[in-house]
Amino acid sequence: MAQKFRIDRRKFLTAAGLGASGVMLSGCDAFDGHLGMGDGLRSFLENANGLTWRVQRLLAGPDALAPEFTEADIRQPMRPNGVTAPDDDHYKSLLADGFANWRLEVTGLVEKPLSLTRDQLIAMPSRTQITRHDCVEGWSCIAKWTGTPLSLVLDMAVVKPQARYVMFHCLDTIDHTLSGGDVKYYGSIDLIDARHPQTILAYGLNGKPLPVENGAPLRVRVERQLGYKMPKYLSRIELIDGFAAIGGGHGGFWEDYGYDWYGGI
Amino acid sequence: MDIAADADTTVPPTKGPLVYRQSLWTRATHWLWAACLFFMLLSGLQIFNARPQLYIGKQSGFGFDNTVFQIGAEDTDNGPRGFTEILGHRFDTTGVLGWSGPPGGETARAFPSWATIPSYYDLGTARVVHFFFAWILSATLLVWLAASLLNGHIRRDLWPRLRDFRQLPRDVADHARLRFHHARAYNTLQKLAYAGVLFVLLPLMIITGLAMSPSMDAVLPFLNEVLGGRQTARTIHFTVMTLLVLFFIVHMVMVLAAGPINELRSIITGWYRTDPPGREDA
Repeated sequence: MAQKFRIDRRKFLTAAGLGASGVMLSGCDAFDGHLGMGDGLRSFLENANGLTWRVQRLLAGPDALAPEFTEADIRQPMRPNGVTAPDDDHYKSLLADGFANWRLEVTGLVEKPLSLTRDQLIAMPSRTQITRHDCVEGWSCIAKWTGTPLSLVLDMAVVKPQARYVMFHCLDTIDHTLSGGDVKYYGSIDLIDARHPQTILAYGLNGKPLPVENGAPLRVRVERQLGYKMPKYLSRIELIDGFAAIGGGHGGFWEDYGYDWYGGI
Repeated sequence: MDIAADADTTVPPTKGPLVYRQSLWTRATHWLWAACLFFMLLSGLQIFNARPQLYIGKQSGFGFDNTVFQIGAEDTDNGPRGFTEILGHRFDTTGVLGWSGPPGGETARAFPSWATIPSYYDLGTARVVHFFFAWILSATLLVWLAASLLNGHIRRDLWPRLRDFRQLPRDVADHARLRFHHARAYNTLQKLAYAGVLFVLLPLMIITGLAMSPSMDAVLPFLNEVLGGRQTARTIHFTVMTLLVLFFIVHMVMVLAAGPINELRSIITGWYRTDPPGREDA
């Protein structure tokens, strides 16, 4: 009876290999046509993003801090990513005179719209934190960030009760529309993350002024989120009650290309 | 039914009795995992392609070297070549890893398009697929754990006993000769393999996955301290993936060698044809 189960070893290894590669081959492009933005299957799978966001929000709450590190963990310059040298004339003219004419506008659903100079931001109370930047691609880099807590700026502008999100408008062109217009980077977070103690408008990196490749003169740090949630080259902060009318309506440049809005994992 | 029929025969039976081997819980969770792991593997390889390097430590070394594994492409005198580098040892993997595609249309990509979902480069979509199935996989594991504790599957079928370890050498020898005993109980290597996947590999996959989440690091800061940092967690995640693929290959080979019809029947219907009486402990 034992012979019955003794099949030729080479024969079944071949069969096993064929079986395994058949499973692999079926993975190639069978799903491509159903996974584009707006496709039914894609939209169904995206429900999990909402679940992830709610569960992480529930677990982390408004105040749980991202891990902070020590000076010894700063082992390299902060890796620049995305746009690292904006080619926009407006940006280059601002850079040419050391951002003296740059302003951070705070607009939208606020009682007192603001227009802040870099010096005014630096004069406000600051927070310095050594944190790990996690890129959606998978890499991490630890650096020391200094900046003004966003909550202080929001308090100064007095946020209206109907405001739900902070939209960051940036100076750097990241894309072009079909009609040839410039698309400048944009992205949003909700007011819970905006008021998180580690959410700062950073003007300093590793003890020096923020360099151009990392977002000078100002970028936001949202330490419990991935890198694409932390826009660089800020020019305007807009308080909004929804982002359906902005860009592609998903709350940010990369979100309009299919990245999830929360970006917590 | 078969038991009664076999008992009446006077000639030695050629078939043993059918036994109910796999509960509905075991079968349903098995196939859910199979689907989840398929999608998570192929979307995970796509995610890896966005940064086809693995590092040890808290961060990725750009100003220093802590890379332990990478897949890349480079220009050589013979045109572009794909390579895979493991702990500093470099292998030419053109056509599969690093540089692949249809003849004339090759591109630089770590894992080839036939091994990723989607087949084209799309990190955002791969993440949607990966995290959807991550939820299903984790929920299935919890359901399985609860059901298998209650129905005795873990205690009766999976938990290795002293007797299992005494039989280990013979069990290894039997497997090497592709000589299988068909009984209701799992053999020693089966117990170790299944328990290893269910209690070590899958939980480790979930833990290292969570450790890569900046939001979860705020909730569970000790995770990365235990694991050795986010980039080490990512490297473990990838390593466990390769172990799960290895398990899958061995699992398929064993199913084919032990009798694919009978094995498939038991994981679909629950019923399993055992060896004739008297053979089992021969």
